[in-house]
Amino acid sequence: MTNLINQTASALAGLLADGTVSSVDVTRAHLDHIDAVEPDVHAFLHVASDAALATAARVDARRAAGEKLGPLAGVPIAIKDVLATLDMPSTAGSKILEGWIPPYDATVVKRIRDADLIPLGKTNMDEFAMGSSTEHSAYGPTHNPWDLDRIPGGSGGGSAAAVAAFEAPLALGSDTGGSIRQPAAVTGSVGVKPTYGGVSRYGAIALASSLDQVGPVTRTVLDAALLHDVIGGHDPLDSTSLTDVWPSMTAAAQAGLKDGALKGVRVGVIKELNGAGFQPGVKQRFEETLALLTAAGAIVSEVSAPNFEYAVSAYYLILPAEASSNLARFDSVRFGIRVNPDDGPLTSERVMAATRDAGFGDEVKRRIILGTYALSAGYYDAYYGSAQKVRTLIQRDFAAAFDQVDLLVSPTAPTTAFKFGEKLADPMAMYLNDITTIPANLAGIPGMSLPMGLAPEDGLPVGLQVMAPARADARLYTFGAAVEQLLEAHWGHTLLSQAPALAHTEMFATEGGAV
Amino acid sequence: MSEITAEQVAHLANLARIDLSSAEIDRLTIELGQIVDSVAKVAEVATPDVPATSHPMPLTNVFRDDVVVPSLSVEQALSGAPDRAGDKFRVPAILDEE
Repeated sequence: MTNLINQTASALAGLLADGTVSSVDVTRAHLDHIDAVEPDVHAFLHVASDAALATAARVDARRAAGEKLGPLAGVPIAIKDVLATLDMPSTAGSKILEGWIPPYDATVVKRIRDADLIPLGKTNMDEFAMGSSTEHSAYGPTHNPWDLDRIPGGSGGGSAAAVAAFEAPLALGSDTGGSIRQPAAVTGSVGVKPTYGGVSRYGAIALASSLDQVGPVTRTVLDAALLHDVIGGHDPLDSTSLTDVWPSMTAAAQAGLKDGALKGVRVGVIKELNGAGFQPGVKQRFEETLALLTAAGAIVSEVSAPNFEYAVSAYYLILPAEASSNLARFDSVRFGIRVNPDDGPLTSERVMAATRDAGFGDEVKRRIILGTYALSAGYYDAYYGSAQKVRTLIQRDFAAAFDQVDLLVSPTAPTTAFKFGEKLADPMAMYLNDITTIPANLAGIPGMSLPMGLAPEDGLPVGLQVMAPARADARLYTFGAAVEQLLEAHWGHTLLSQAPALAHTEMFATEGGAV
Repeated sequence: MSEITAEQVAHLANLARIDLSSAEIDRLTIELGQIVDSVAKVAEVATPDVPATSHPMPLTNVFRDDVVVPSLSVEQALSGAPDRAGDKFRVPAILDEE
């Protein structure tokens, strides 16, 4: 039989539609592979094997009965644990929500169910999406499938590792300052942060409400477009959801695969995201990609975004401020754990404080305290108020850049995947890792990361970030699909085909313990 | 340099309802000082003539029709509560005995 786990979602959709394979076969193949590699990767916090197989069987029965199903019907998908799911625990990587099963589905989860995708389980993440490495998950880190001693990025390292390790062809992520794009870059996968408001946030456990955005995590640009079409569009349950009628992202991606799709496209290289602090191999692959783009007819020029140097500072004031407010809901009353203080009277206030001490990890405490400080009387104007002004300046930088070019590009992350523990002791070093991805969140514009090679010095994946003006998500998919095709033609293979084999456990199992 | 003190961190922790240990307060005092020093540079360009942006995609007056739609049942709403009394959330004493 065809190797089902290595197929793209669009290829699987074709095999399912013409009856070559059943959804039960596809789902079982992925569940078997999850069993084999999870001891090494730990991308999942929960695997819903029985429910997935039952859902797949229902989809197969409906297809057999001649029902017309959606394009991704029967294709398995992994769901980041930040999203509320009716039938699976939803912890956002935190002890404070251990075992919590929400009484409702996030809108994006409802939409993938309505489109008959098969939820496989919930993926690991930094606690409440605070982090760039999954080292801040209360349930232990996820390992990068390219090198198990290295981080898979964060916060959505579980979703990215799941698709990169072929445990799922598709996953859902959320991106507040790069949590979809940076994990995509360091795992050699594709991730898209849509325009703010393009995809519903209803049921996404809130980190920073003015920055959070849900989006697709996949292995190809076309697959991301297919998933975007399923989850996107207006949702009355999210008051910040845009009412726009969106074009088909799938059609946009397919347009990028046509000859000459890059001809005359004006591509801006952001000067401030291409300088000191970038690993040599990252810079090299970026320059090579620019040369390929030029050869394919794109017009590459440099643009300046002078206020980007203030973006990380503004972000680490706005995010903690919003997070400290959002996380006030974890009060030991309505959901989550309750912990009583060791001694003294059991008042609500003291129980709440003891619960939050026991339930929150170090990074979450750090950001809540920082946010509480930034919002304090006497500091508000200097910190939070100033950060909001920087947000305006960054939007103006983008507006000026998009007056000159159609798309902006940069490396997605300054370095390839770093080793566990490398940045854990220095919060500011971890924060600076987000310098490339944060500006898009502050401005609300869409961004994508796709693989652009392996760094020569360490053989690890490097990501290309592409950004488009707000509401121009379709432009990202056309350009992204074209660049992906150009690079793969240049390499002669996909990037992920170069990843080391993982299935040690599988091998041991088939060899009957011979090792 | 910021002047973040351990007393200040303890006060913030109290406001944020997190029962930090003294070791945590000491560590956070140092870390917060470093982070605040680093992020304070936003003030360099935040001049009075620059308007603040609170939301990336400005939206005003989001309305919907005032119609009743299904909402959570009492059982659903209480399903994740750590403690309940009948159809209500059960909480520890709100007021201190002192």
